[in-house]
Amino acid sequence: MPEITRDEVAHLADLARIDLSDAELDHLAPQLNVILESVASIRGVAGDDVPPTSHAIPLTNVFRDDVVVPGLTAEQALSGAPAHEQQRFAVPRILGDEQ
Amino acid sequence: MTSTQDWTRRTAAELADALAAGEVTSVELTQAHLDRIDAVDGAVHAFLHVDAEGALAKAGDADERRRAGTPRSTLDGVPIAVKDVLATRGLPTTCGSKILEGWVPPYDATVVARLRAAGLPILGKTNMDEFAMGSSTEHSAYGPTHNPWDLTRIPGGSGGGSAAAVTAFEAPLAIGTDTGGSIRQPAAVTGTIGVKPTYGGVSRYGLVALANSLDQAGPVTRTVLDAALLHEVIGGHDPLDSTSVDKPLPGLVEAARLGATGDLTGVTIGVVTELGGEGYQSGVLARFQESVDLMVAAGAEVVEVSCPHFVHALAAYYLILPAEASSNLAKFDAMRYGLRVLPDGVESPSAEEVMRATRDAGFGDEVKRRIILGTYALSSGYYDAYYGQAQKVRTLITRDFEAAFAKADVLVSPTAPTTAFKLGEKLDDPLAMYLNDLATIPANLAGVPGISVPSGLAVEDGLPTGVQILAPALADDRVYRVGAALEALLAREWGGPLMDQAPPLVEEGESA
Repeated sequence: MPEITRDEVAHLADLARIDLSDAELDHLAPQLNVILESVASIRGVAGDDVPPTSHAIPLTNVFRDDVVVPGLTAEQALSGAPAHEQQRFAVPRILGDEQ
Repeated sequence: MTSTQDWTRRTAAELADALAAGEVTSVELTQAHLDRIDAVDGAVHAFLHVDAEGALAKAGDADERRRAGTPRSTLDGVPIAVKDVLATRGLPTTCGSKILEGWVPPYDATVVARLRAAGLPILGKTNMDEFAMGSSTEHSAYGPTHNPWDLTRIPGGSGGGSAAAVTAFEAPLAIGTDTGGSIRQPAAVTGTIGVKPTYGGVSRYGLVALANSLDQAGPVTRTVLDAALLHEVIGGHDPLDSTSVDKPLPGLVEAARLGATGDLTGVTIGVVTELGGEGYQSGVLARFQESVDLMVAAGAEVVEVSCPHFVHALAAYYLILPAEASSNLAKFDAMRYGLRVLPDGVESPSAEEVMRATRDAGFGDEVKRRIILGTYALSSGYYDAYYGQAQKVRTLITRDFEAAFAKADVLVSPTAPTTAFKLGEKLDDPLAMYLNDLATIPANLAGVPGISVPSGLAVEDGLPTGVQILAPALADDRVYRVGAALEALLAREWGGPLMDQAPPLVEEGESA
């Protein structure tokens, strides 16, 4: 099976939006290899005829009546926000300089 | 004994009876547990947050209802501790993570709402591995919980705080959550009872998700009857959780009372070949065999059953869980709640830069490991080989259970392969840590209910061991019947509950 390289871990961390330090990358890559090696045996266990299971107790078409129920107030919804203004979440800039 | 500590030694069922008979008030016994927390939690560290004021206020309300003859439930006024992964309105909820430090949810999880509706005062929130990732509680960002049997050892995880709280008599009842064994494995290594209900049997609304398709909240107690009483309070259909099963619970308290007679005539018990032998500590296996022998003597028939795909359960779990967890934890983005960290030396950082810096600072090592692993398992090129295969293996494991339950009413195995290990021993060896869940994981993959019942102390180290009893989905009553029977049979052997053999945490009379 393919080794997971340090560069690959850095790429995955990038996809997961986590700034990992060099020390963390050095530490994580070999650990992930050990874990992946231990789960590699799973390949080839089940043939094409075996359907996948996503939920153990499958339920389909779970509906409820469409009725109005009380929800959180704006104040409650914003109560844990790092920053807010005018009843909205205040976030850092989301556009680059060129945009 | 007439000291207040006396009340902390009682079972929840006994406390409920004493409240109903007017022998004690909820304020008195809530205070007794708060005093006990004061006396021992410095050493145990089961709690991340204690709400003395709130608990006593609710206890006062419960006493008024008792006086007026209008208790809300059997357990009205019996205090409880709640794992810090369940949202509690007005009480901090951290999931053992720095990323949620100081977060106070504006709403209650359904489990918590049902506890409040039934009148149980909430003593506080219990410690856990960060986002429930771990088997030792050492991955908590707020420091580990210590096993009350030996403070140098782990209390299991991820729900080590809840298990330690009931073990140390800081609470008669607690709520845990079990994704791969986080209720049952702590129960095994602390000599307590832990139940993972059928998937969908207890609402997940307000339970901060680790892996949606595996998570289940359930009771953490010192007796099987107490677990049944608590399960009946928190269980049942919830329209706020679309995976909640819309069927009435079987009679759990009734099953526990039936089991307590110790008669197992007509019950077939399947011993799972694959959950034992190599990798299991000899003292764990010896106590397990004694439990099986006792059940046979009590009238049960024993058959050996093979579940050949269980050997792949750990691998399937460590692909499915990180995949779901990495998706779930994407919501911690520093925008709407929780921690926000600005990157060093960046002028006017972007939202994405803030997100990256926050997630690096806010998540611990194990969480990062699993997010990266899950991102890998879900990435194109590997999806079919890993995540897709894991889901197929899940089908094969479910079929193994179906075949086994065609031959036996319940399946049994040791709960955890070893007794409690030393704090720090496996902290930087993730694979060794994952092996703790070898026997508990198949039940989560298949959604079936399970209980861990103390089976004694291992000869080699004098530490608690547990027996796991599994039943088919929706037949939770069977784990209570057989669990209560085993508990009764063992108590006869020991001359009382196992907990009577636990070393005292403080000098007698010191906490009163």
